Amino acid sequence: MDLVEKGLSFIDYITARAGYRNEWIVLRDAETSPDHGVLPYERKVNDHINYGVINLDKPPGPTSHEVVAWVKKMFNLEKAGHGGTLEPL
Amino acid sequence: MTGVLPIGLANSTKVIGNVIHSVKEYVMVIQLHGDARESSVKMVVEYFKGDIYQKPPLRSSVKRSIRVRRIYEIELLEIRDRFILVRVLSDPGTYMRKLAHDIGLMLGTGAHMRELRRTRTGPYREDETLVRLQDISEALTLWRSSGDERYIRRIILPVETSIAHLPKIMILDTAVDAIAHGANLAVPGIARLTSNVERNKTVAILTLKGELVALGTALYSAKEIAGMKKGVVARTRRVVMPTGIYPPAWRKGQPG
Repeated sequence: MDLVEKGLSFIDYITARAGYRNEWIVLRDAETSPDHGVLPYERKVNDHINYGVINLDKPPGPTSHEVVAWVKKMFNLEKAGHGGTLEPL
Repeated sequence: MTGVLPIGLANSTKVIGNVIHSVKEYVMVIQLHGDARESSVKMVVEYFKGDIYQKPPLRSSVKRSIRVRRIYEIELLEIRDRFILVRVLSDPGTYMRKLAHDIGLMLGTGAHMRELRRTRTGPYREDETLVRLQDISEALTLWRSSGDERYIRRIILPVETSIAHLPKIMILDTAVDAIAHGANLAVPGIARLTSNVERNKTVAILTLKGELVALGTALYSAKEIAGMKKGVVARTRRVVMPTGIYPPAWRKGQPG
């Protein structure tokens, strides 16, 4: 598989995992250079973290905000954010 | 409340908020304030499928005017004494506590929500990707103490998972750096796009390797774009990729 096929099958895979499907319209055939960028699942570990999302099972008790603050601290990150508040209890 | 809470790390912070606008699934325990027959509970619960009207609760962060939300699926999973277990798939911004209260009103017994667990937020579900705080802590300890990154890679998903549910446009290498600089996307930069790209809707702009470059707003539908030779087709909104990753193949003032 070349890089374009790998990139495409990665996107189709995560889309299918989420329960959706991509119907592609190809406008022009193109190659992608191995010299720039990287397949999303082959990032170096630090980049993997900085371009990462954690599907967290929020525990009962703390607010969504507090949980994000903990995760941020665990990784020593400057920024982190969540996708949609869940009430504390 | 417990369950699916996707957290964007560092650069992913910019786009994770976008999943707020996607479909949600919950499982909740409702306590009825009186006895009710299973058949009537089932009937009442299923009655809430479709469009419902809700006024945001007193303690909420949005304007308190009545709004319409759609319940796509609602199902009575279990009933024991005065406790009922219900699964709901709904539009974002549907108040489950209100829904539980309304089910009680309709049933005539009164009711309130006792427990709530979110089982889905758009592309994120309650599956093997769902991790606990302890899993993060263990993966970090292992990585920091022995350099073993396997667990870190397992508990962290690529940022691209957050756009899995969106329409997508894949662009040429030569167009990437311009988008990373915040430029709008023009037709000649597109390699392929999904057929569900719609005017005024969010679209994910990706490289041919599948890397998320930015989120944008489509200015035309996929069909319209496929028939165009030139022109801007998406307004770039949130840039994720830093500049300089792909070579600049563009110059100021150059059209296209």
